[in-house]
Amino acid sequence: MSISIHSIHKTFGTYKALEDISLEVPNGSLTALLGPSGSGKTTLLRIVAGLESADPGPGRILFHGENVVDIPAGKRQVGFVFQHYALFRHMTVADNISFGLTVLPRNQRPSRNEINDRVAELISLVKLDGLHQRRPHELSGGQRQRVALARALAIRPKVLLLDEPFGALDAQVRKDLRRWLRLFHDEIGLTTLFVTHDQEEALELADQVVVMRNARIEQVGPPQKIYDHPRTPFVYEFLGNVNKLVTPDGVTRYVRPHEIEVKFAAELDLQTDRLAEVQHLFSAGPVASLSVRADDGQFIEVEISRKQLEEMALSVGDKVALGLPATS
Amino acid sequence: MSKRRVIPGFGLSLGFTVIYLSLLILIPLAALFLKAAGVGWRGWLELLTNERVLAAAKLTFGASACAAALSTVTGLLVTWVLVRYRFPGRRLMDAMIDLPFALPTAVAGITLTAIYAPNGWIGAYLDRIGIKAAYSPLGIFLALTFIGFPFVVRTMQPVLEDFTRDTEEAAATLGAGRWTTFRRVVLPALMPALITGFTLAFARAIGEYGSVIFISGNLPYKTEILPLLIVSKLEEFNVPAAAVIASGMLIISFALLFCINLLQRWLNWQPR
Repeated sequence: MSISIHSIHKTFGTYKALEDISLEVPNGSLTALLGPSGSGKTTLLRIVAGLESADPGPGRILFHGENVVDIPAGKRQVGFVFQHYALFRHMTVADNISFGLTVLPRNQRPSRNEINDRVAELISLVKLDGLHQRRPHELSGGQRQRVALARALAIRPKVLLLDEPFGALDAQVRKDLRRWLRLFHDEIGLTTLFVTHDQEEALELADQVVVMRNARIEQVGPPQKIYDHPRTPFVYEFLGNVNKLVTPDGVTRYVRPHEIEVKFAAELDLQTDRLAEVQHLFSAGPVASLSVRADDGQFIEVEISRKQLEEMALSVGDKVALGLPATS
Repeated sequence: MSKRRVIPGFGLSLGFTVIYLSLLILIPLAALFLKAAGVGWRGWLELLTNERVLAAAKLTFGASACAAALSTVTGLLVTWVLVRYRFPGRRLMDAMIDLPFALPTAVAGITLTAIYAPNGWIGAYLDRIGIKAAYSPLGIFLALTFIGFPFVVRTMQPVLEDFTRDTEEAAATLGAGRWTTFRRVVLPALMPALITGFTLAFARAIGEYGSVIFISGNLPYKTEILPLLIVSKLEEFNVPAAAVIASGMLIISFALLFCINLLQRWLNWQPR
């Protein structure tokens, strides 16, 4: 089910949290709301869920063409996963997951057996087999996360909303769960919108990335496109490492570390290259990062392959020539 | 070889604790039981089945339980208002909650009596519709509510502040209405604290003396509480009888508190 957001505004007192937000989330997509804290991304997610109401006005939120602005959160059929999971501490895993089914009005509520079947199905879907009777405090962060996910899915939501889904997890679990969520999304195909402040996470996971800043949307597009063609300096800087270089004629250029070619100083081409001195180098895995100081004093981050580093036998203090990509 | 502990001073602090508790609690209580033991089993039985004592016991424990129950309900409500809403005068209200702690209980008793007596501000109206507030079990109940209520608020406050709003929001997105959310999500999470608050208010009410003697009227069989009965035995220089009643009261109180503790454990609510 697609989500269409049309000119949504939100103010808290005098603070503008969202200004004229319009956005299309295609059916079945995995869309990331990416931005620094205070950019309004969580507020937008909460408005979509109905946990917050947008400022009165012409703004609309459509789920598959149906305006849901006046529908309360409980009737919107959204699956919402909170940043800190918000599990019901006094309930077992199974009771947490079945909660949304047991609170249905009597005439819509599935029978006890049907509920149990659904819970069993969800538990195996999120790979929590054998943990039915555990309570939240007996689970690891990643397990709690998946309980929260299963709980949200139990009501067969139209859309899935995740607020900083990996924010509270440590690095390794984060990576695993990220990959798992991508596969999981492809398997169930539910339209999913998630909030993150981690550009790597957004780029790796999402089909569509929405970059937000100061209550506005800065750019929307597939990750590759946003990374390669950032529309504003903010997007450029926010989407990963970038060098901000000032050319001799005073023009600012943004160059990603891997776009810079590293050559021996003897191969310096005075027309296009810059001379620099290696200040620091670090290599773990296939990529080596170099921190160099150009002849005009600017520090530049460069990434080359480890193989190249070994072939050139570079060490701190060496002079190198930097080939900058041609301006586009 | 003694086991090394990470936190130093175990022996010292435990020793201090034991001595302190002995001096302040165990030794006085032991003395009380020793005094009471002087009358023998027959004496105990006679005293504790005395009708006047039984009536006072029923009143004391009954009124205390009712008052603690009411305090728990109103305490929850007041705490909710204090924690969840921001309004002018909130801090003042927060400070006012503690007043019953600080006020001499006799002052509370006299004030309540003045207000709820048949010629008092509120008592006059109640009298008109045939309710006798002061000099009745109702008056005792009122006084016990007054002194027990802050215990509930102060127990609930940190727990409620800790109870994050997103848990309620999670219930809302899952389709639960306000009442269902309260009944199935909020209340169970607050239950351990509520029970603790109830227990404190209850325990405090059982031992309350100062405020009750002014408002109760102190009629034997009708509005006489156990602590008062103990004092009157003392005034008759019947120290052993006073000690027996006090010991009986202690045993019952201890049994009740112990049961509440068991209940709390049986419910097996995880602290977090």
